[in-house]
Amino acid sequence: MHTLSLKAMSDGLHRKQFSARELTQHFLARIARLDPQLNSLITVTAEQALAQADAADRRLAQGNATTLTGIPLIQKDLFCTEGVRTSCASRMLDRFVAPYDATVVKKLHAEAGMVMLGKANMDEFAMGSSNETSWYGPVKNPWDLERVPGGSSGGSVAAVAAGLAPVATATDTGGSIRQPAALTNLTGIKPTYGRVSRFGMIAFASSLDQGGVVARSAEDAAHVLQAMSGFDPLDSTSAERPVDDLVSGLSQPVKGLRIGLPEEFFGDGMSPGVRIAVDAAIKTLESLGATMVPVTLPSAPLSVPTYYVVAPAEASSNLSRYDGVRFGHRAESVKNLEELYKKSRGEGFGAEVQRRIMIGTYVLSHGYYDAYYLQAQKVRRLISQDFTQAFEQVDLILAPTTTDVAFRFGEKTDDPVAMYLNDIYTIAANLAGIPAMSLPAGFSDGLPVGMQLMGNYFSEARLLSVAHQYQQATAWHTQMPKGFN
Amino acid sequence: MARQDWEVVIGLEVHCQLATKTKIFSGANTAYGAPPNTQADAVTLGMPGVLPVLNGAALEMAIKFGLSVDAQIARRCVFARKHYFYPDLPKGYQISQYELPIVEHGKLDIEVDGVTKRIGITRAHMEEDAGKSLHENFVGETGIDLNRAGTPLIEIVSEPDIRSADEAVAYLKKIHQIVVYLGVCDGNMQEGSFRCDANVSVRRKGAEKFGTRTETKNINSFRYVHAAIEFEIERQIEVIEGGGKIIQETRLYNPGTGETRSMRVKEDANDYRYFPDPDLLPVIVTDEEIERIRATLPELPEAKRDRFVAQYGLPVYDATVLTGEGPLADYYETVVKDSGADAKLCANWIITDLLGGLNKAGQGIAGSTITATMMAGLMKRIADNTLSGKMAKDVFEAMFEGEGDADTIIDKKGLKQITDDGAILAVIRQVMDANPGQLAQYREGKDKLFGFFVGQVMKVSQGKANPDAVNRLLKTALAGE
Repeated sequence: MHTLSLKAMSDGLHRKQFSARELTQHFLARIARLDPQLNSLITVTAEQALAQADAADRRLAQGNATTLTGIPLIQKDLFCTEGVRTSCASRMLDRFVAPYDATVVKKLHAEAGMVMLGKANMDEFAMGSSNETSWYGPVKNPWDLERVPGGSSGGSVAAVAAGLAPVATATDTGGSIRQPAALTNLTGIKPTYGRVSRFGMIAFASSLDQGGVVARSAEDAAHVLQAMSGFDPLDSTSAERPVDDLVSGLSQPVKGLRIGLPEEFFGDGMSPGVRIAVDAAIKTLESLGATMVPVTLPSAPLSVPTYYVVAPAEASSNLSRYDGVRFGHRAESVKNLEELYKKSRGEGFGAEVQRRIMIGTYVLSHGYYDAYYLQAQKVRRLISQDFTQAFEQVDLILAPTTTDVAFRFGEKTDDPVAMYLNDIYTIAANLAGIPAMSLPAGFSDGLPVGMQLMGNYFSEARLLSVAHQYQQATAWHTQMPKGFN
Repeated sequence: MARQDWEVVIGLEVHCQLATKTKIFSGANTAYGAPPNTQADAVTLGMPGVLPVLNGAALEMAIKFGLSVDAQIARRCVFARKHYFYPDLPKGYQISQYELPIVEHGKLDIEVDGVTKRIGITRAHMEEDAGKSLHENFVGETGIDLNRAGTPLIEIVSEPDIRSADEAVAYLKKIHQIVVYLGVCDGNMQEGSFRCDANVSVRRKGAEKFGTRTETKNINSFRYVHAAIEFEIERQIEVIEGGGKIIQETRLYNPGTGETRSMRVKEDANDYRYFPDPDLLPVIVTDEEIERIRATLPELPEAKRDRFVAQYGLPVYDATVLTGEGPLADYYETVVKDSGADAKLCANWIITDLLGGLNKAGQGIAGSTITATMMAGLMKRIADNTLSGKMAKDVFEAMFEGEGDADTIIDKKGLKQITDDGAILAVIRQVMDANPGQLAQYREGKDKLFGFFVGQVMKVSQGKANPDAVNRLLKTALAGE
């Protein structure tokens, strides 16, 4: 059952070939059996899942079910879930139970009728590119248990890649959907900033954070993204604009499309294995009728330093609320208020989070604001303008998602800058706020390689259709890791 | 040196709580006095993942204020985060406005000792209030009440144009009057809805450079503002004349002692690390919106005063008193319109009798038992000569005590003025017959006795005879014509 496409799963439910309860039990059993190898989940909500499955079965019987009713899902553990722990993989929120649902959670479960199996492991407060910063321990890559699954949505991708759930939510601040999707042979999409509500999604860097989905195909992703998108009056930055029909949009042809290949993304940094796979993908798209056009994004190489000013600045501010006073971790036996703050935060936050709070506090400080934060915002505008100009010439942009395949645990943990460079191809899209996705493009030494598609604002339907057409012509995305198939 | 050798420089920051039903960034209630933490929703508590959404009513009120002080309204304003750690500040930052506030470059005229002076308003920005730390009933611990957290405020910052405590109070009263008039603030100083920080410095007369200033925080009465500023002026002059230096610091006023004391020295104040709040997009205000809001502005005190002078022929003093508060001005206009009585007569009664009575009872116009309609009823009976001045006072007293409207009281007490010439003449004849001696003396030229006869007629008529008619008729009758 776990290899079925989401549509086939839905058909099975609607034709009563199996019930939502049976489907849920199947995945819960796989989680119980396989997750100990992966550590992809922080919390499994078996009891609640079965109750939601029963509700879905009633809806299916009554005939008011949607395509997603009864389909199991895993939520990244930074989407607040009423009554269920939301930890953000931090000791700080180890015992935090929100009294509200994130808008995404409400849309997918209460409205669409999906079934929540549990909450996915992740990098602490979504800060990391390898899923090694979680308070609950690292997540393993199902393609090679010695290797990282990528981050920060490492738990979401490992679970879906290993067939513990058909789909999972994820978030992307600098590549946290696309990079791990690429390293685990999944399709992951980060929509336009503002397309998916951030309400109830625990903030890392507000102006960059965007919720999205990881799935085994563009088609599966389209169904879920469709349901989680839309204007939310609770999020002032959410886009007041109707959602395109992403599912029926999948059939749009590739023929006639102009695809931009930015020279800045095809430089020396790429490993030979990634280059071979991406070149082959380009050939496939050409064979489907697309025209490749060289474009240039001159400010894109400044993305990483820009990001590592803006994101920590916002993070240092967003994380100020974790002070041990109202909720979250509170240090014991402290002498005064200052010690309460220092000890609670010192104990509650891990090293990477502390590092970014320090950087962020520094770049916002009096006397440094102009030199760092303001400067970064100016560069950010240039990066956006690059994309706007490029999209006057092309319909979408193609690039590798990562420079290389999944790396080994510990390989980059001692060198934060090397770790930060993991997101070199993905960060520009977050700074500009444009939609971007990664999809399987082949393998190198038995490990998955991803390719990235970036589009103009609100062009999710176009991106998904190109990915879908590509997936109709190739079989990379159907591959599953050994031992989990 | 003495006080007159020094010039005082004062700037005020007024914190004015906007009278919205809900908080500035959430739907939590703002009513005062609820049990601690019952008006604190997830947004107020700064819970993980929740986001602020701007309350449009707060924005509109801020714009109203800006328009009323002739300021520029920003077409694009931005909310910023101001960071500091304090237990009553839930998010670790306060959402405020920094570089692009909603209101800039306003002005206000004040009057002190008959001299009008213009005070510049640098800016007025919107921000959220913090919560409250409670120390009473907690031993060795601190309680936190977040009911007030997230309440919308505007902080109105004046230019350092103020030169005395009297001017400061005049300015503060003027701001208070305006915000209450506009209905954007309830003006309640005890409850902290209206409070001010005073920046005070002194410099030797003729000096160009400002002296070092101190900031006295959260003063919540006009009297205290005056006292705190006076204290600071004296203290600063004393320090400098004693060879000392003023340090830039934040001070607190103690109403018990009338003194200010140092709270914290500015030098080690926080670095607030302001930056634009990424959860709130810039607020765009269109010309159409500004014009729509302008159209809802009530007539402001000064304009109303000038109109009262022109329209009702009132002295400036009367007009100023009557337009001091919006509801009082409305009361007056209702009385004039409903009674059709002389506008000055109405003003006299309202200022002297009604306000005097209310003042004594410690009430405002809103608490008056005599409604405008009732007051108009009384004025009507004076105007149509049903009541003499003396009788009207009695009716007023009875009305004030809650005995009903003027006509009811007149009926009940039989207080109808006699205006019929025939009836008055009958009384006059009776009085003349009863006092032949006085009549003879009068006719012999003792004019002073006229008053005696008037008194007698009034006495016999139990005060009901119309005094004008009595005068007129008595003159003829006594002359024997």
